[in-house]
Amino acid sequence: MTAAAVSTPQPPDAGSGAVPSVPPARPSGLRNIELGLLAFTLVVVGTYSVAMEAGALDQITAHFWIPIATLAIVFLGIHIAIRFLAPYADPVFLPAVTLINGMGVAFLRRIDLADAIRHKSTDYSAFSGLGFRQLLWTALSVGFAIIVLAIVRDHKSLSRYAFTLGFAGIVLVMIPAVLPARLSMVNGAKLWINFGFFSIQPGEFAKIALLVFFAYYLVRKREVLSLASRRVLGVDFPRGRDLGPVIAVWLMSLLVLIFEKDLGTSLMYFGMFIVTLYIATERVSWLIIGLMLFSGGVFTAYVLGGTIGGPFANFRLRADIWLDPFSDPDNRGYQLVQSLLGLGTGGLFGAGPGEGYPRKIPEVQNDFISAGLGEEIGLFGLTALLIVYLVIVVRGLRAALGVHDSFGKLFAGGLAFTLGLQVFVIVGGVSKLIPLTGQTTPFLSAGGSSLMANWILITLLIRISDAARRPAEGQPAKGGNGPAAGGPAKLQEMPTEVMR
Amino acid sequence: MPAIVLTVARFGFLVLLWIFVFTVVGVIRRDMFAGARSSRLVAAPRGIGPLMGQERPAKVKRGRVAHQLIVTAGSLAGTRITLGEIPITIGRAEDSTLVITDDYASARHARLVSRSGQWYLEDLGSTNGTYLDRAKVTAPTPVPLGVPIRIGRTSLELRP
Repeated sequence: MTAAAVSTPQPPDAGSGAVPSVPPARPSGLRNIELGLLAFTLVVVGTYSVAMEAGALDQITAHFWIPIATLAIVFLGIHIAIRFLAPYADPVFLPAVTLINGMGVAFLRRIDLADAIRHKSTDYSAFSGLGFRQLLWTALSVGFAIIVLAIVRDHKSLSRYAFTLGFAGIVLVMIPAVLPARLSMVNGAKLWINFGFFSIQPGEFAKIALLVFFAYYLVRKREVLSLASRRVLGVDFPRGRDLGPVIAVWLMSLLVLIFEKDLGTSLMYFGMFIVTLYIATERVSWLIIGLMLFSGGVFTAYVLGGTIGGPFANFRLRADIWLDPFSDPDNRGYQLVQSLLGLGTGGLFGAGPGEGYPRKIPEVQNDFISAGLGEEIGLFGLTALLIVYLVIVVRGLRAALGVHDSFGKLFAGGLAFTLGLQVFVIVGGVSKLIPLTGQTTPFLSAGGSSLMANWILITLLIRISDAARRPAEGQPAKGGNGPAAGGPAKLQEMPTEVMR
Repeated sequence: MPAIVLTVARFGFLVLLWIFVFTVVGVIRRDMFAGARSSRLVAAPRGIGPLMGQERPAKVKRGRVAHQLIVTAGSLAGTRITLGEIPITIGRAEDSTLVITDDYASARHARLVSRSGQWYLEDLGSTNGTYLDRAKVTAPTPVPLGVPIRIGRTSLELRP
């Protein structure tokens, strides 16, 4: 890799009006950009780690470099895997994700140090506590991501397993609901499977499985679903009898809200479906119908939570806290109030790495990590992180634009949107824009299942962006699969159902 | 630790973070202005919509080599394929270069082949036929730049 190869892959000559003739970017150029950005992220994370130790301990421990070096090795591993397995992939995905993941590991170590100080301990080791756990989970997730990248050589092959994956997704969603509370309840939300020494959140994986099914289903049904019946205020509305799938997913989301007691998860599934439906049909009316159905359901749940309580009580409580956290700041509203005070203390530029009081906020390592981080790096730092999330979403949508098949378009669009929606739901909850829900902050907060599921998600986006950017002559030779062989995937052969 | 060091570290980190963000945006910007500019996310099975407004229909130019195949109408409208030397196959079959989901397209519908810079369109025995502008393609036919190739409800054009 020479220095020249890092420079622009395209000559910057494109005139403003002319359609530029583009020689396909050489994959080595793309990958070198990726490597450069990757090194940059490690510098950023390293700077935070050093500044954090200096701020929190007034000294720099002997092994501050261990997490950074481990991350460097792990991320270099997946970078090399991408070089071989997806050479044309978008170079932005990996560095953007590694920055957030690295900041997560560094901030969790910061919480460990805060705990050590609080317990008057001088054990500042990098081999224990939340930071170390997160480091291990990162290594494991990235390893898993490399395996996914190696197995899924063509995203279209996923559509073969659409029904299996859709069924698996529903089962994964249902497991915590049917398990007894002691095995599945954490902080009032029944989203978990508790194995004693660790617990997983099956819903994180269900998102991806369900998206495969949604994309597959909508590629086949979109002709029907984009038929219009009547026009209201300039928007074409679909026919009544085509509302079936939306109602079904809406009911599923409501069941999640009732039995798993979590608005965020419920919103995730419904939002995913509505947006995939919108991408498939290009009808704004679906967005309007979706928003109306969801807000209607949520409002009903709120009212029912006040009158009959029961399964709706938890949601009612969270909504009340959201409406006025300061009415009971020492008890029910404590967490949200502490989060807002933390963000407020941080101000524009933050208290400085290591200078905050993250343990003042309950659950700062999980849901409230953005508040804890916001206290230390301020509005400027937190905004930069949110922009990095935005960049991931935008590049995901870009991959959806570029890919050559409808399933890939819907799937990539859905994946990118899901990630964005999850960030919105949790950061919105932490900053009191919307009621708080128990979502993890992707790549940032402590938690193995979330980290692993999101790494799989990003791997699939990398795979699709590779397919989108690969020049036509570089089509992968399908090993032994001659054109006549025709695999079991018959998505494209199936007729779209058209009704007149 | 002297306070000055902490202050430098605090602001230095924020500056680095933002430099990273701008570097990433720079990479994206280059990519946006170099690659396909008017591709659409929405893959709806309706006409070409806003695409025509943004982009002038390419004029037929002689003596220029096609570098891109772009889909101007149909469910994949906005998709571009960068052309090389290898033939482009079009159809509903999964292993086609351009996989079109179109009721009126056959599994292996048509093929574009390059002979010393000139692309030829060839029908692969499709049920509903391949049209170059208005003419049905029966034998390999040279394709000029900017002339629509119609397959079912999908239209394609070669662009320089």
